[in-house]
Amino acid sequence: MNALLLDRIHFAFTVTYHYLFPQLTMGLALLMVVMKLIALRTSDGRWNQAARFWARIFAINFLLGVVTGIPMEFQFGTNWSEFSRLTGGVIGQPLAMEGIFAFFLESTFLGLFLFGEKRLTRLQHLGAAAMVWVGSWISGFFIIVTDAWMQHPLAYHVLENGTYEVASFWKFMLNPWAWIQYAHNMCGAVVTASFVVAATGAFYLLEKRHEEFGRLFLRLGVIAGLISCVIQIFPTGDLHGRYVARYQPAAIAGMEGLFQTRKGAPIVLIGQPDERTQQIDNPLAVNDVLSFLIYGTTHAEVKGLDAFPPDQWPSALPLLYYSYHIMAGLGTWFLLLMAVAAVLLWRGKLYSTRWILWPILLSFPLPYIANTAGWMTTEIGRQPWLVYGLIRTSQGYSAHVSAGNALFTLLGFLGLYSVLSILWIVIVYRFILTGPATSADALPGPGTPTLTTA
Amino acid sequence: MGFVWFWIVAVMIAAYVVLDGFDLGVGILSAFLARAEDDRRTLIRSIGPVWDGNEVWLLAGGGTLYFAFPLLYASSFSGFYLPLMIVLWLLICRGASIELRMHTDHEVWRTFFDGLFFLSSALLAIFFGAALANVIRGVPLGADEYFFLPLWTNWRVGAQPGILDWYTVIGGVVALVALATHGALWLVLKAPGELEDRARRAASVLWIVLLLVTLISLPATIAVRPSALDNYRAHPILFLIPALVVAMLIGILSFTRQRKPLAAFLSSSLYLVFMLVGAAVGLYPTLLPSSTDPGRDITIAKALAGPHSLHVGIVWWSFGLALALIYFITSYRLFRGKVTAESGYGH
Ligand code: HDD
Ligand code: HEM
Ligand code: HEM
Repeated sequence: MNALLLDRIHFAFTVTYHYLFPQLTMGLALLMVVMKLIALRTSDGRWNQAARFWARIFAINFLLGVVTGIPMEFQFGTNWSEFSRLTGGVIGQPLAMEGIFAFFLESTFLGLFLFGEKRLTRLQHLGAAAMVWVGSWISGFFIIVTDAWMQHPLAYHVLENGTYEVASFWKFMLNPWAWIQYAHNMCGAVVTASFVVAATGAFYLLEKRHEEFGRLFLRLGVIAGLISCVIQIFPTGDLHGRYVARYQPAAIAGMEGLFQTRKGAPIVLIGQPDERTQQIDNPLAVNDVLSFLIYGTTHAEVKGLDAFPPDQWPSALPLLYYSYHIMAGLGTWFLLLMAVAAVLLWRGKLYSTRWILWPILLSFPLPYIANTAGWMTTEIGRQPWLVYGLIRTSQGYSAHVSAGNALFTLLGFLGLYSVLSILWIVIVYRFILTGPATSADALPGPGTPTLTTA
Repeated sequence: MGFVWFWIVAVMIAAYVVLDGFDLGVGILSAFLARAEDDRRTLIRSIGPVWDGNEVWLLAGGGTLYFAFPLLYASSFSGFYLPLMIVLWLLICRGASIELRMHTDHEVWRTFFDGLFFLSSALLAIFFGAALANVIRGVPLGADEYFFLPLWTNWRVGAQPGILDWYTVIGGVVALVALATHGALWLVLKAPGELEDRARRAASVLWIVLLLVTLISLPATIAVRPSALDNYRAHPILFLIPALVVAMLIGILSFTRQRKPLAAFLSSSLYLVFMLVGAAVGLYPTLLPSSTDPGRDITIAKALAGPHSLHVGIVWWSFGLALALIYFITSYRLFRGKVTAESGYGH
């Protein structure tokens, strides 16, 4: 394996792992604000207890987000040094702003939120929760602006020494690609959090423990889940797709598995792309739909991969195709599940209907998969470009770091993250078993407050 | 612009060292000062609500460096590849050990996490010190402004050094001792009862070692890098900085004797700041010197980002930092005072 490939795997692995944590914390931060709001308005103490319970799970995920996020920032320099040198004047900006505007805010107010409940008024405590939410969403925004510039670079100019610089700060921040991507991505984070909250509720009801909280969690999870699942598909997913079709036509052809340019292009629901014969094996396809989704008319022409020189094809074609289909397939499943659950909730039958509680419980890992698959679609679809149309991925890596060194650190991260995963699962599972009612006073181990033990 | 951003980055790094420095120091001392479970818990509690915020300075400083001097970021981060990755692993282990020890009632696991906390804190201090020493000594920059350093070669300072040689090891030791002292003074300020006394005694012992290694490091630096004195010779007023370093050392000792823990802690904070400022003055306007050919030094002029970015940057940076300072003051005020066994910040 050469250094370039290893650097790509290195980045992909560490960022995928990192994003397992923020996708929950960003969504959960919003749901915690909702819980605090309900508690304030109804004076129902159980919602405060619920918020406290989720705060503890938030905190451990936040911690893991922090420790796995630091390597992300460093890796731009260590493994992608030439990319950093060329574009630091552009993407260094949002990354520095993220630290200064988001992380300081988030870490301070999380401290207040976790340790300050006794010292703050109820309204102030709600305010602290809201600031944690704002901080994590600002953080997400700056990261997305960075990524969006790599997907759709604008507002830049090239300096004498060949490096890039921002030409207009506001155009850069208002990159339309970034805003669509942000909406879709943040909504995806809410989907993850809703499913986790709902699944915990379903678990309690099926287990017949902490049932009172089980009902609260299920109600909140299903309502938030339904809203976010709808927005996830329409308008955000739909709009995101149109943008990709407009600015990265080769990527959309790869995502859809469209080898030949066609009028009235079909949408492939299931099928296996075959790169040698340039066709989809065993396809289950519906004619005209793709043209309609992208251009709004059934007979518009959609460019297939044959319209592009092979050196501009996304490099891991089958992976791109499957990632996209997994995301969209799961999105459909989420919507169905949440719609049925919502109807049952409305009719007052949800809490006792075991055949729906089971799928809700079992589906909690799926949003993680959908979010990861979505990011794989985005990032693989961008290939072979590192910055779309400007810098090739093969130009960006650290040529001075040998393949052996990159493999060594990749293996190190694999090992370390495996251990972290085990600890994480054990701890979160114990929190869930302990449940909200008791978590305020009886901590596992006599309570000593640090970040994760309020 | 170059001058301004050089000092902005330097100040942010100094803020990181002062703030995260004391919680690293607490980690280093945890193996020696804590005798019973209660002590260990108090130690961790003294940094519990703030260590994560302190670490953000590393990120914000790193991000600012990336943004203002992309070439420096690219060249140094890839050149110091392995030690940086080890630093990342240590940061992960340290963060995990602080938090996870609280979630287990098993003696074996607690002891394991305590050991990890100590080891990662101590190694981080050493690595940070060695990193700074590497920058002062210089690295074998190639014509393309990149380099790649092995961890060690023959431990000598030469044109083709390793990350670790006798000079950078001194740097690591200075950092280890300085942060341990800094942590001890923090504990004098925060810890109750017997732990406070133990911390005070540790501070007095460490002080002697700190004085010694500081006095060794100054001539060693001049021997390794004679040009470090150029700026001082051109502006003799700058010799005030090393004088202040010594003054702060004296301050640490005398304030500790007079039982003025806050003043002692501030002296050690300023000691760290003046050490770093002294090094920065020695480097300016170079950012990363070449060990082979001064013509290849990475200077501010070579590494500076484009003018528009930097102008916009000044605006948001000042605004953002003002906000960050407000948060910090609020949070330290809310958690001021001694930590006690039962008080806790929780519900
Ligand atoms: C819960 C997660 C989730 C679900 C159910 C969906 N998505 Fe998604 N999608 C994401 C989570 C996600 C994501 C991880 O958040 C991505 C990656 C980058 C981004 O900003 O959002 C993404 C990216 C993304 C892209 C951009 C790909 C690129 O840039 O190349 C498109 C076109 C769609 N999505 C479209 C859809 C459609 C049509 C869906 C309807 C079924 C859908 N997504 C469901
Ligand atoms: C959680 C979200 C993300 C996931 C799962 C993800 C996934 C990936 C994957 C799979 C690759 C390898 C692509 C390939 O080489 O074929 C990659 C590369 C990369 N991504 Fe992302 N990415 C994410 C977010 C981001 C963000 C937000 C940024 C920018 C700030 C970013 C920047 C990069 C860079 C610089 C590379 C390396 C160059 C390349 O191979 O294109 N990624 N990512
Ligand atoms: C989809 C992509 C990403 C999103 C939405 C995201 C979001 C977040 C959020 C919300 C946090 C706060 C911690 C938490 O709540 O768990 C966080 C932490 C962090 N992220 Fe990411 N992240 C992404 C990818 C990246 C990438 C590519 C980098 C590299 C620059 C990065 C760097 C960091 C760092 C350094 C932290 C630690 C912050 C701290 O100390 O508080 N993230 N991320």
